[in-house]
Order: sequence, then structure tokens, then C-alpha cells
Amino acid sequence: MIDLLLRSIFADNLILSFFLGVCTFLAVSKRLDTAAGLGIALIVVQTITVPLNHLILAHLLAPGAWNWLGLGDVDLTFLSLIAFIGVIAATVQILELVLDRFVPRLYRALGIYLPLITVNCAILGGSLFMAERDHSLGESVIFGFGGGIGWALAIMGLAAIRERLNYADVPAGLRGLGMAFVVTGLMSMGFTAFAGVRL
Amino acid sequence: MRALRHLYSPIIDQNPITLQILGICSALAVTTSMTTSAVMAVALIAVLVISSLVISAIRRHIPNTIRLIVQITIIASLVIVADQLIQAFAFNVSQRLSIFVGLIVTNCLVLGRAEAFAMQNPPGPALLDALGNGLGYSLILLIVGFIRELLGAGTLFGFTVFVSIYDGGWFTPLNFMLLAPSAFFILGLLIWGIRTFRPAQIEPPDYKITIDPNRRAP
Repeated sequence: MIDLLLRSIFADNLILSFFLGVCTFLAVSKRLDTAAGLGIALIVVQTITVPLNHLILAHLLAPGAWNWLGLGDVDLTFLSLIAFIGVIAATVQILELVLDRFVPRLYRALGIYLPLITVNCAILGGSLFMAERDHSLGESVIFGFGGGIGWALAIMGLAAIRERLNYADVPAGLRGLGMAFVVTGLMSMGFTAFAGVRL
Repeated sequence: MRALRHLYSPIIDQNPITLQILGICSALAVTTSMTTSAVMAVALIAVLVISSLVISAIRRHIPNTIRLIVQITIIASLVIVADQLIQAFAFNVSQRLSIFVGLIVTNCLVLGRAEAFAMQNPPGPALLDALGNGLGYSLILLIVGFIRELLGAGTLFGFTVFVSIYDGGWFTPLNFMLLAPSAFFILGLLIWGIRTFRPAQIEPPDYKITIDPNRRAP
């Protein structure tokens, strides 16, 4: 379990080795505080949606899930994409309402980032990876949590570096997006060093 | 003729990947070989064009409050069809593309063009805009795929171009090209290249660095 947690944070980092959520990663990493807000929102949503999608996949969509109704050979896995994205959109919406009602401070801190997360590939990618790798319920909780932490770690790292890069004299054509890519590449190289670590 | 601008301007001048920062995730992940890049490009163009056409055609009937859900449902249905087709006719490629065909659903490019263009424009221009953006995306995908497969394995579309030393040739494959970091570097350098020839795309600096003339050396 600890192995899976560490692997999903470092070696199998969603951004740096699977390129999930790179669009938001590059667009929202200009300042450290906004990056941290988005990172926390992502950890929360990821930890909720991956296990939830696991339950839906195992009990509604997988072949044999309708056995108790006498429909043993119904295979609905092709619907998983729509089901996952629906669950994610609904979770984000409900989370927004709950936070607004009970933890208004956190709700204000997360601001516009919560709705943005619906279309973040990292969230859907986490659920799809969970389905592809046949994680159990416990594993998917850990995988969702670790994946979220890894993502938050990477975006906060990049935001911190970019804040410093403001004072660097970058060639004109490389300024902004180009430099962000090169820095991400270097970070990604650093993270591949964790690939051999096993516990 | 003005309508054609929607078609060719996204190819380089308004390129979705290098300028609009849309759809980067898949662009980086599937480019380890030309075959996967090409299949992904075709799948994305198909989904993008059909979804833009459909969304643009029914844009007046979509209530504003639930437009995102409607758009995502349309896109997701198309992606499922594309995914099933690829699994049926190119099973090996679908294994290598892994989850990335499914991720076209959240590809910001598809939703971004639907939201920014198709919702406001009639089907004709929406079709051209989608096709242009799809082609711009494919162009970058194929360039990155070309560099990574050629240098990483010495092959193109699976056919040997450089004979590697493992088969008695001279070429030492750069395994680094097949790993994740190289994709970031290639795309970063590609952006640099494009902006050298298209200076209008250069981003203004956030801060201006000046040297205080009155400052004495410590």
C-alpha cells in the first residue's frame, strides 16, 4: 500500500510521467498561492472521485454486475467514460455546495478552481487508470489520494520556479510558455529518478 | 475567402498547442511513435469536427445554464464511438494509446473550441474552425512524434530508417527520447522555434529588469 502511495506520488506522477492535466498545470502556475489552491482542490476531488468511480464500475458497469437481476452477460464497460465524467461533474458540483454551506473560507479560497477541475484531464485520467489497472477499492482510495498529492506537488514546484524565473533574462522566444515546458522537462527528469524506488 | 481564414489561421498563427495552450496532455503522451500520433490525430480531428458541427447546429436550443453538460455529453458519445472503432480495427494501437483516446473527452481543445467558437457561430465556419484547429494540433503531434520515434528507435511508422546497433547497424537509439521529459523539451524548443519566426507570439515580460545607475558596487 505504501509502495502504491509513493509510486503514485513520485514515479508515476500524473503530470510529469503521464502528462495529465498539463493544460491547467501550465496555465495556472504563474503564482504560488493560486497553484496551491488548485492543488488542494485537486487532491480533494481526486480522493473522492476515484473510489466512487471504482464502485460504479464494479457494481454497475463491469460484466456480471447485473447478475442478481439475471442479466449476467450484460457488459456496460463502454459506458464507463460517460459515467465517469458524469460522476466527476456531479461530485464537483456537490462539493461546491457543501463547502459553500459548511466551510465558506475554504470555498472562497478555492474560488473558480473547483468548476475548472471538471475538465481537468488528471481527474478523468486517474479514474481511467484505476479502471485499466484493476485497482481494488482500498487501492483506488490510495491511488486517488497519492495521484492528487503528486499533482499538487508538481504544480507548486513549477509555480515556485516560475516566480523566480520572472527575474531571469530568458531569450524572447522562449519567454513564458516555452520556458515553462523546459522547466517541466527538467522536473520530470528529476522525478524519473524515483522510478526504481521500492519499499 | 474570409471564411477560409478560420481554416488556416489555427495551423501556425493561432496554433492550439503552442499558443492557446489547449490539448497539450495528449499531445505529449502519445507522441512516442508516428503511428500512435497519427491515430490520435485522426481520432481528435473526427471528434472535434463532428462535435463542433453538432454543437453549432443546435446552439440556439441549448439552455445556457446546462451548456457544459450538453457539450460534454455530445463529446463523450463521439469519443466512445471513436474508442470502440479504434479497438475494433487497430487493437494494437489502442493498447498503446491506453487511456488517452478516452481523455479526448476532457481534451481542452475540443471543449475549448466548442465553447469559444461553435456556440457563437453557424455550422459552416464552425466546421472550418474545427478542421483548422484539428490540423494545427495534428501538425505539432506529427512533428514531435517524428523527432521522438526517429531518434528514440530509429524507425518511422515502425519501418526502420536508421539501422540500430542491436541489428548490426551504426545507430545508437536514444532511449531518453522515449521517456516523458524529452516530450517537454521538444515542445518547449518547438515553441521557441515558432516564435523566432512569428515574433508576434512572443509573450511580454511580466517584470522589466533594469539596472539602477546610482547603485554603487558593494
